Amino acid sequence: MHSDPKRAGSASGELVFEARGLTKIYAMGEVRVHALRGVDLEIYQGEFLVLLGPSGSGKSTLLNILGGLDAPTAGAVRYGDHDLSAYDDTALTRYRREHVGFVFQFYNLIPSLTARENVALVTEIARSPLAPEEALRLVGLEQRMDHFPAQLSGGEQQRVAIARAIAKRPDVLLCDEPTGALDVHTGVVVLEAIERVNRELGTTVVIITHNADIAQMADRVIRLSDGLISEERRNPQRIAAHGLSW
Amino acid sequence: MRALDLKLFRDLWHLRGQALAIALVLTGGVATFVMSRSTLDALHDTRAAFYLETRFADVFASLKRAPESLRGRIAAIPGVAAVETRVVTQVNVDLPGFPEPVKGRLVSVPDAGAPLLDDVYLRRGRLIDPARDDEALVSEAFAEAHGLEPGDTLSVVINGRYKRLTLVGVVLSPEVVYQLAPGAVIPDFRRYSVLWMARRPLATANDMDGAFNDVALGIAAGASARAVIDRLDELLAPYGGLGAYTREDQVSHRYLNEEFRQLEQMAVMYPVMFLGVAAFLLNVVVSRLVGTQREQIAMLKAFGYGNGAVTLHYVKLILAITLLGDFGGVALGVWMGQGLGDLYMDYYRFPFLLYRLDPALVLLAALISAAAALSGTLFAVRTAARLRPAEAMRPEAPPAYRATLLERIGLQRLLAPPSRMILRHLERRPFKALLSVVGIAFSYAILMLGSFFGDAVDFLVDVQFRQIQREDMTVSFVDTTGREALFELQSLPGVRYAEGVRGVSVRLRNGYRTYRTGIQGLERDGRLQRVLDESLRPIPLPEGGLLLSDYLGELLGVEVGDRITVEILEGERPVYQVPVARVITQFVGVAAYMDRAALNRLLREGDVVTGALLAADRHSRGAIYDELKARPRVAGVEVREYAIDNFNELMARSINLFSFFVVILAGSIAFGVVYNSARIALAERGRELASLRVLGFTRGEISYILLGEMTLLTLAALPVGFLIGQGMAAYMIETMQSELFRIPYVLEARTYAFAALVVLVASALSALIVRRRLDRLDLVAVLKTRE
Ligand SMILES: Nc1ncnc2c1ncn2[C@@H]1O[C@H](COP(=O)(O)OP(=O)(O)OP(=O)(O)O)[C@@H](O)[C@H]1O
Ligand SMILES: [Mg+2]
Repeated sequence: MHSDPKRAGSASGELVFEARGLTKIYAMGEVRVHALRGVDLEIYQGEFLVLLGPSGSGKSTLLNILGGLDAPTAGAVRYGDHDLSAYDDTALTRYRREHVGFVFQFYNLIPSLTARENVALVTEIARSPLAPEEALRLVGLEQRMDHFPAQLSGGEQQRVAIARAIAKRPDVLLCDEPTGALDVHTGVVVLEAIERVNRELGTTVVIITHNADIAQMADRVIRLSDGLISEERRNPQRIAAHGLSW
Repeated sequence: MRALDLKLFRDLWHLRGQALAIALVLTGGVATFVMSRSTLDALHDTRAAFYLETRFADVFASLKRAPESLRGRIAAIPGVAAVETRVVTQVNVDLPGFPEPVKGRLVSVPDAGAPLLDDVYLRRGRLIDPARDDEALVSEAFAEAHGLEPGDTLSVVINGRYKRLTLVGVVLSPEVVYQLAPGAVIPDFRRYSVLWMARRPLATANDMDGAFNDVALGIAAGASARAVIDRLDELLAPYGGLGAYTREDQVSHRYLNEEFRQLEQMAVMYPVMFLGVAAFLLNVVVSRLVGTQREQIAMLKAFGYGNGAVTLHYVKLILAITLLGDFGGVALGVWMGQGLGDLYMDYYRFPFLLYRLDPALVLLAALISAAAALSGTLFAVRTAARLRPAEAMRPEAPPAYRATLLERIGLQRLLAPPSRMILRHLERRPFKALLSVVGIAFSYAILMLGSFFGDAVDFLVDVQFRQIQREDMTVSFVDTTGREALFELQSLPGVRYAEGVRGVSVRLRNGYRTYRTGIQGLERDGRLQRVLDESLRPIPLPEGGLLLSDYLGELLGVEVGDRITVEILEGERPVYQVPVARVITQFVGVAAYMDRAALNRLLREGDVVTGALLAADRHSRGAIYDELKARPRVAGVEVREYAIDNFNELMARSINLFSFFVVILAGSIAFGVVYNSARIALAERGRELASLRVLGFTRGEISYILLGEMTLLTLAALPVGFLIGQGMAAYMIETMQSELFRIPYVLEARTYAFAALVVLVASALSALIVRRRLDRLDLVAVLKTRE
């Protein structure tokens, strides 16, 4: 696999995302829920970013907007030169197809497809993907490629989900609590896979987590509370996933 | 293979039971469509080809007697392209070894060469040798009914004289594709024959040398048949013309048209029913599928599959099921179509059946079924297309249940928790429950249609042949005959009682609406033929005025008290205005009635009859017939019992086939609907039920929760189904009513019971299948999968 030693593992300084005054309001009948209340944020090429914050603070909402799954109620978000907030559904679909990889808390695998086929589902519509087998090898699942999700453990399913996300060689990898349902050991295996992609492919990574220890892996940590960024800090030193314990 | 298509196949495989059940219903829809359309096309093509080959005439007329020289003047009528004059006569046929009365129509063929119009089509044997005067051709229907072959002989009574004829050929004719005796409503191949003889000997026997009494015309393309008929009627009037008519009034052609019309209706009604049910089932299944695959859809979209791709994915799934139904349906439809075609060929005598499966028809069937399937699933597919990915990532909120009405009014103590679960589940989604009820109700309804015909026809036979026609034998005379003839008949050994009838051909007219039929003049104090009012009570004949059957009244658009124009089609062809005295119930045929004396007065004739009804001892009927058939004034004799047998036989054949189709198809609907609702319920609630098993509920207890719900729905559908069934029966009657007969609206208890039984059996079957799956419920697997 090709890797660029200059960029590997840290931000290059090139701006990937730029959010200004991001606001998201959910109207549930009479009640209006302010999920985001004006978030300003920049994310740089090759950066490994962790989003922390209490439940309901707006983390998923922010991630979904960055990934083009949702549109902000107000404010703007740019991806490189492009104004995502101005995209219509078709453009957003293309954006997701070409640039974004997702890892969800509940894996979201297709139960009727094997691990390999789940990955192939995404590589088939990507421009220059990895082979599904290679992606699965990256997450250490080469032995289980022909298993159906129901035949895999939770951690293995999550690794398939990661393989699926990285196989398309996305520019950004967005992970919503990828280890939420996993034990320490399995969680570490999953995080190693993500770390490897960040390091070896130079993919920009944003991870939501409730686990402050995982934050030590990041270049930068952002904490959300009640729809606003309440803290932002830079880790002087990134700790490798296998060095984590929680 | 593309991974998404792989998912499609695996999903299909997973749904195979339900997919097959739906495909089965689709098969029913496509099959009935293909069957009726292809048969219709085949009959149309066949008829056109046969008419062309045999030069079927456009206009027909009968008359008393005209000199052959009139032919030239007829040919000179503008618009007439061909003229064929003939001698046609009604005869009694004496067939060795068959003692029952047989009537016949004897038609002349030219002494040399083929007729210009209405040629015969030789099936076996040869044509008539013009040098011989004792050769005849026989219609195939009659020949087959009696196993007659070229070389066999029979005798006919022409003008009171026996004539022995050798049958040299078995033929078909465009005039008797549907071979129906005059005045009959259903064919009787055994007791009605059509024979052809050379013109010269037939004319000689009938005192028709150099004359004719029947003429057929070919009309030039673009010419008006109406104008030709008017001119022809004028020409024939002095010669006792009985009124010319077009193909539309030619019996055989008209009944073919009637058959086509009914096939056309069948081609709409059944497919609509089946495809409607299939669309409903698909809607249930696909909605459910999209519901369970919310997160999969969201994931696909998150990774860049567009709305179009997701839509296409589900459309493909639906079309795959539809295609399955199409294949089955086309195959079954062709098979049934050929069966139906063969059945028709028993009654409609064509030399061949041009049955072929038009690729356009297959395409049309596929398009229609696809349209039905897609419109049924439009909503579900749109839901999938519109699903916002961010939204779908969030697990669906637990369904909101609440205490049901029953419980809120304080009856909860009566219900154990499992029963409460059933009720709450139903009440939470009343619309869905309603849809299931409607679906099952349709199964009841369609099944009712299947057996309703049996009831209706039994009733019809009872009314027509036991309450209206009560005579044992009918005698028709060649011409009007003094009433004294009745005394002569009455004096025959075995005849207990004789009653006169005066029949006359008429054209009834009300404004632009006309109808060619006959008026039957009945004895006022008659006992052998009665008229019934709307509630089927016998009523006395009014002293003057016409009685019209309800159907004829509707055709003419008249009501009691209206005056209508009666054009008498014999003699001087007078025209009268006659009031309608009463509308009566008649299920068979289209006739008008009058008091015989009043009719005699109207026609300014004496006390004359044209036929008689006899009450006769059963064992003397043969002897009476033998005595009568040789009398020159007797045109024909009929025995009512044979008519009933014949009617029942015909009905039994066509209705049994029909009912068989309907029961098979409706059974598949019942099974499809019930099985599908049960499978869906199982899929939706498997997790809940598995949890209950984990908590210690027994298999029986959880089965109760699921099957109890099904049972409740099936029972709730019962009255709804009966109502729909009644409505459909009424609609069916409406579309099927014809001049031939009207099916009365009669639904017997056994029809309801039969429908209920079949649905309950189908339900029990699907309950068994579901129960087996419940018993094998893999607790761990169910709880592990996240829905
Ligand atoms: N579709 C929606 N409709 C209404 N409210 C919503 C919707 N999605 C999110 N919210 C609300 O917006 C707020 C932020 O939600 P979000 O999912 O972003 O939180 P989160 O930080 O990811 O929480 P968690 O850590 O529990 O996942 C919450 O109060 C949530 O209830
Ligand atoms: Mg979240």
